[in-house]
Parts: sequence; structure tokens; C-alpha cells
Amino acid sequence: MKPAVFEYHTPTELNEALDLLEEFGFDAKIMSGGQSLIPMMNMRLARPKVIIDINNISDLNYIRVNDSVVQIGGMTRHYQVEESEKISQVCPLLSEGMKLIGHSQIRSRGTIGGSVAHADPTAELPVMLATLGATITLASSDGLRTVTTDEFFITYMTTAMEMNEILVSVEIPLPPKRTGFAIDEFTLRKGDFGIVLAAAMVTLDEEGKISAATLCLGGVDGVPVVLEEVTEGLIGHFPDDELISECCNLIGEFIDPEPDVHASAEYRKDLSITYAKRVLLLASNRASISEVK
Amino acid sequence: MSQSNLRNITFSVNGKGYNVQVEPRMLLSDVLRDELRLTGTHVGCEHGICGACTVIMDGRPIRSCLAFGVQADKAEIKTVEGLAENSCDFHPLQQAFWEKHGLQCGFCTSGMLMTAYDFLEKNHNPTREQIREGISGNLCRCTGYQNIVEAVELAAEIINKKKESLEGPADKRMVFPSAEVEV
Repeated sequence: MKPAVFEYHTPTELNEALDLLEEFGFDAKIMSGGQSLIPMMNMRLARPKVIIDINNISDLNYIRVNDSVVQIGGMTRHYQVEESEKISQVCPLLSEGMKLIGHSQIRSRGTIGGSVAHADPTAELPVMLATLGATITLASSDGLRTVTTDEFFITYMTTAMEMNEILVSVEIPLPPKRTGFAIDEFTLRKGDFGIVLAAAMVTLDEEGKISAATLCLGGVDGVPVVLEEVTEGLIGHFPDDELISECCNLIGEFIDPEPDVHASAEYRKDLSITYAKRVLLLASNRASISEVK
Repeated sequence: MSQSNLRNITFSVNGKGYNVQVEPRMLLSDVLRDELRLTGTHVGCEHGICGACTVIMDGRPIRSCLAFGVQADKAEIKTVEGLAENSCDFHPLQQAFWEKHGLQCGFCTSGMLMTAYDFLEKNHNPTREQIREGISGNLCRCTGYQNIVEAVELAAEIINKKKESLEGPADKRMVFPSAEVEV
């Protein structure tokens, strides 16, 4: 299993990469960490004529935090986010979720931009970004545009990116005080593709009542599924096991997962309910004990 | 393949500098094995599942079948051939795998060793559970995991003892042994 022959370009500037993309169009494929693309090329499921390798564009590798937003460059590697102290302080969901991505060998190479652009419905990053209300910035030779996760993820492995665009960064708004997060997933073995994953963000008001809650599921559709119908019942109430259970039991009405060799549709629904309860409860508990900056 | 598609790369493997010409499509694992003849790095699945091809690149463990040789230009790589300090001694991990029978057919071993090497750099006193998680990206088709976990556990002990004998135990440095004081 060896990749087919390709023409190889290694731009060091974003503009150079964008020019190459304009020049080669559909024949070209952007390579960042290569942890999904190289296996596909090895198995010859993908045979791009031209590879534009953006690993040498150091301007796309950064983590920036200001008063309102965390911005992460597309070429930033998973381990850099996982090990970032800044991220663990301002956005602990990301630190926790990164550890669920593949194995350490994968996280050494894999990138934020690559994982998001690949849009695997069982991947952790798309679910985390949708939970956090992140935006995604795309560059083309026409300039930059920023889209929401809702606009970006269209279906299985399909995004709103045009052929001439490169994912340059993701932006995550900093959560308000008294916000807690949690993410968890069901896998057959540690590091495997998730069967179902769930992430939650819960914000409490000064009295300790839930003022905002987000629940997002992965592995139940072609895109991350944010279930406002489930969390709206929590708003205005104190966090409570029974209330969370009651709301999560509704999940089956709002999702329609496809069965596959790993799990039937019913089993995915059951897993969704179990994991949703777990993350909402944990996020609520964390919100009540933490003053997230 | 036209000559013009060849790329020149310069990198260091186990402290030794190399300069080779490779096709961009050549995987790093194949560059190591076929160009450098360092066949200690094994190639199992070639799509990032088995972990047999794990090497250390610029201080991080990577799957060498999921990187192209050209991407290792200017990098520092460590393979299983560079694990022991010299050709006479074992690395503590190799010693422990030997003593605990941490291998059967040996196919996964170099990947296990390199993964465990990185793992023990970051975890000096790991629990068994942490070890299991640490090697979760490496498959042993002989299913000899119990002994591999025991070997990594023993390797951690050996490494810690070596450190103590060089630097003294962390809590007793600069303190005279009581027996000597009393005499």
C-alpha cells in the first residue's frame, strides 16, 4: 500500500498556497497533518494529482487568547492545544476533548484545520466547536470569510469550503463566568473512532440556576447535532439529576441515526441519551464549583 | 518517474546526519527502511492503525507510515536502533521487555518500545492503567499485552533506580546515612 505519484508543492506563505490552489483547482489537495489523507492515499482511496503541503506555513500555527475569543491557527497541531496552559484555563473543554482524539502518535501530527475540514461525523473537534459556538475562517485569493459551524458542516465529510479555500483559523468565544463543560464518547477501544460522542456547556446565573445550556452530539448524523429542544427545558432551573434525565429522555425524538456495522440506530439513540445525561450533569457540577474566566 | 520529481532531504536519525533523494510519495517508514536500511522500524498496516512504525520525530512519537519522507526534511528522528546508548547495553525498556517476556513474534516490538520510550519520558511513575492507555495506539497481534504492560512498569522502575544511583534518592540527597554518622 503506497500512495500513487503526485506533484508536490511546499509553500511557506499562505498567499503562495492560495495561488497554487487557484492554479490546480480540482486536481489539488491541501495536506496539513495528513493523519486522514495519508491513510486514504496509502489505500489509494484518494489519488490527488497535486499535493499542496502547508506544513511549512508557520504563520498558520498559533494559539491566541484575548479578552473575548480564543483563536487557533489551522496548522496548529492537536498536541499543542492539548498541552496549552492558556487553553486549559480559558477553554477546558478543548483540553479535555483533545485527549480523546486518536492516540498520542496521531495528535503529534494531526492539525485543527485538517480535522475540521475533513468533517468526519464521529470526530471530536467538530462537536467541540459546535458546542462552543465557534466560527471558522476560510481564506481564498478573494480574501477571508468567516462562517458558523452550522453553515460550515453540510453532511458526511462535506463542508461549505470552496475548491479555492483554505481553513486558516477557528475562533472560540470565551465563555461567561460560572460555565462548566464536559465531553465524553463511547468507543470500542481507547482511541478508536467514536460510536457516539456528546459535549455540553452549562452556564449558571448568580443564584445558581441554569441560564444557558448547550448539548451537542456526534456520530448520530452527518454533522454535529446541537439539540436546543433538549436543553431549553433546563433554563431557569437549578441543575438536577432528575430534570436532566427527563430532558435527555426526549433525545430519541430529535435524532435519526443511521445503523452501521458498529451500532444499530436504536443503540446509538440509547448511547446518546446515556452520554448526554452524563455530560450535562458533569458540566453543571463543574459550573457550580468553578468561576471560569 | 522522472528524475525531476526527486527531492533532496537532509535529516538526522539517531544522531547521524543523512542526505537522501526521495520521491515525495515515499513514506517516512520506507525511507528509513529502504533508503537508510534501518529495518528495525516495522511496517504493519500502513494506514495508521497498528503503531508498529512508531518513531520519535522532533521529540514527539509519530506513525512513520503517516508522514512522507520529504516532510522529515531537517528533522531529528529516533528509531529503535538509537534506543540503547551503545551496542553492548540494552536500554532499560529493552532490558525489561527481555526479562518480562514482553514480546512473542516481535513484530510490534519496535513500535511498542518507541511508544513506551516517549510515554516514560512524560510519566516517571505510571500506573498500569496509564500504561495501558499509553500503548493503546499499538497493536500486538500475539495479544501479549499483559507482559508488555509489566515490561513498561519494570522499565520505569529500572530508569528510576538508575537515576537514584546517579543523583541519590530525591528525598535523601545531602543527608548522611545514619549508620555512618553513628560510627
